[in-house]
Amino acid sequence: MGYKKTVLPFITLFFILLLWELVTRFSGWSRNVFPGSIAVLTSMGELIANGTLLKNTVASLFRVSIGFSLAVVLGVPLGIILGRVEIAKLLFNPLIQFLRPISPLAWIPLAMLWFGIGDPPAIFLIFLASFFPMVVSTSVAVESIKPTYFQVAANFNFTRIEVLTKIVIPAIIPQVITALRMTIAIAWLVVVAAEMIAVQSGLGYLILDARNALRMDYVMVAMIVIGIIGLLLDFIMRSLGNIESTAWGRLTK
Amino acid sequence: MSCIQVKNLKKSFIDRRRAGRGGERASLGNEILVLDNINLEFAEGELVCILGPSGCGKSTLLRMVAGFDFPTTGEVLINDEPVTGSRSDSIFVFQHSGLLPWMTVWENVELGVRHIQDPEKTQTIQEYIAMVELDRFEHHYPHQLSGGMLRRAELARALAVNPNTLIMDEPFSGLDFLTHMKVREEVVNMHEFIQKTTLVVTHDIDDALIMGDRVIVMSGRPSQVKLDVKLPYGRPRDVLKTPELMALRDEIFFMLGVSYVV
Ligand SMILES: Nc1ncnc2c1ncn2[C@@H]1O[C@H](COP(=O)(O)OP(=O)(O)OP(=O)(O)O)[C@@H](O)[C@H]1O
Ligand SMILES: [Mg+2]
Repeated sequence: MGYKKTVLPFITLFFILLLWELVTRFSGWSRNVFPGSIAVLTSMGELIANGTLLKNTVASLFRVSIGFSLAVVLGVPLGIILGRVEIAKLLFNPLIQFLRPISPLAWIPLAMLWFGIGDPPAIFLIFLASFFPMVVSTSVAVESIKPTYFQVAANFNFTRIEVLTKIVIPAIIPQVITALRMTIAIAWLVVVAAEMIAVQSGLGYLILDARNALRMDYVMVAMIVIGIIGLLLDFIMRSLGNIESTAWGRLTK
Repeated sequence: MSCIQVKNLKKSFIDRRRAGRGGERASLGNEILVLDNINLEFAEGELVCILGPSGCGKSTLLRMVAGFDFPTTGEVLINDEPVTGSRSDSIFVFQHSGLLPWMTVWENVELGVRHIQDPEKTQTIQEYIAMVELDRFEHHYPHQLSGGMLRRAELARALAVNPNTLIMDEPFSGLDFLTHMKVREEVVNMHEFIQKTTLVVTHDIDDALIMGDRVIVMSGRPSQVKLDVKLPYGRPRDVLKTPELMALRDEIFFMLGVSYVV
């Protein structure tokens, strides 16, 4: 059972790489347009060896971590306030609902104008992309807390602080973890786009740079790395959900 | 002493479906009267069982005694003081589990005694968990327990507070036959032991006849007290061998709209 889980995906991977290589060999397309898997893996070795890949991956991860963390640190408390305080909700919800459907990419011109070139505009875009989903998911999670729990809190004379720390926060953790998972995926999508415009490093920049040099093998290397990092980020967020005291969120209902 | 009085209590809810239509403001016509002029008095230490058809307002009545909700007119007094909100001297045991799912049994039971200093606190928690036979499950989360264990854990949590009043909304619903009997026995023993005023809503007439010092039957909506009898019989009692209880049983069945008893 256990070994099947780890071995089977690699069998698929192997056959995909094989099929990919065969297709490029017999399709008649130029190597420059559609490089085969062996060529791409070789290029990957090259980019790892000269440090390019590491440098750009770190740059992208750095921007995502800063933008995403800011969004979580500000978005979760704001979501809790919106979910708990009626007036705050009436004041801010329309604005949030209005800004939310605007693609972060639409902010690129303003971001560049306001923050110039370099990390800040990219971080700002990632922040925007992550902030709204976090606020909205958190406030929905708070609103869906069973009224029974608040009655228990009243019955046991909880203070306001206790209601927050013993009811609200633990009650929303499972949904917030799901939101973190979905949001980091969005942030990771956006960083690649942001790096094609505003900066001179990162995996998005690597793709753009490789395209300008007509190195489709490098483009593919960057794509593969983006995919792998995306998987890793999802894995990290998912393992947050494996803490024992959040298990109830997965099992009930 | 903990004497509970319900005086001229009426409770109505606004019918949202009708109130919303056309945006007209809620007026009397949109209200559904649920409880109509209830007058009851519960003595210190009494174990009272409340029966009534589904939707008649039993939970609503209990919620008002607990201070989660308030009468439309009339009042609820505990020791001659009006109930103004929820307090930990009347602990509510919820119809659907009220344990906090993110806390272990131990942490849940601790809620009621969290302000007490340690050696005594640990001992109290241990004692009540042992009383409902959940030792070895202290560090389990609610989702890891069976239905009967959940009820018992909630009972332990309520008792640890040492409240003056225990309010239980269908503490046996959703349990299988044997577990139902076991938890019922637990509640009876617990009452024998602590002698606190205990209100129990149940759907099961036999529960009421076996447990109660007193049985109250409510009518359908708008609900009034239809029957209020004391049961001056010791426990454990054998309903089948007590002709008075059997007669009362038939009478209650009839009242609740079941005309033949199998
Ligand atoms: N918050 C509320 N708003 C509107 N109507 C309500 C509300 N709470 C209860 N009611 C209505 O009051 C009536 C009584 O509800 P309650 O839950 O007290 O019944 P019950 O006797 O406990 O029923 P059951 O035995 O099924 O638990 C129901 O008709 C219900 O629709
Ligand atoms: Mg009810």
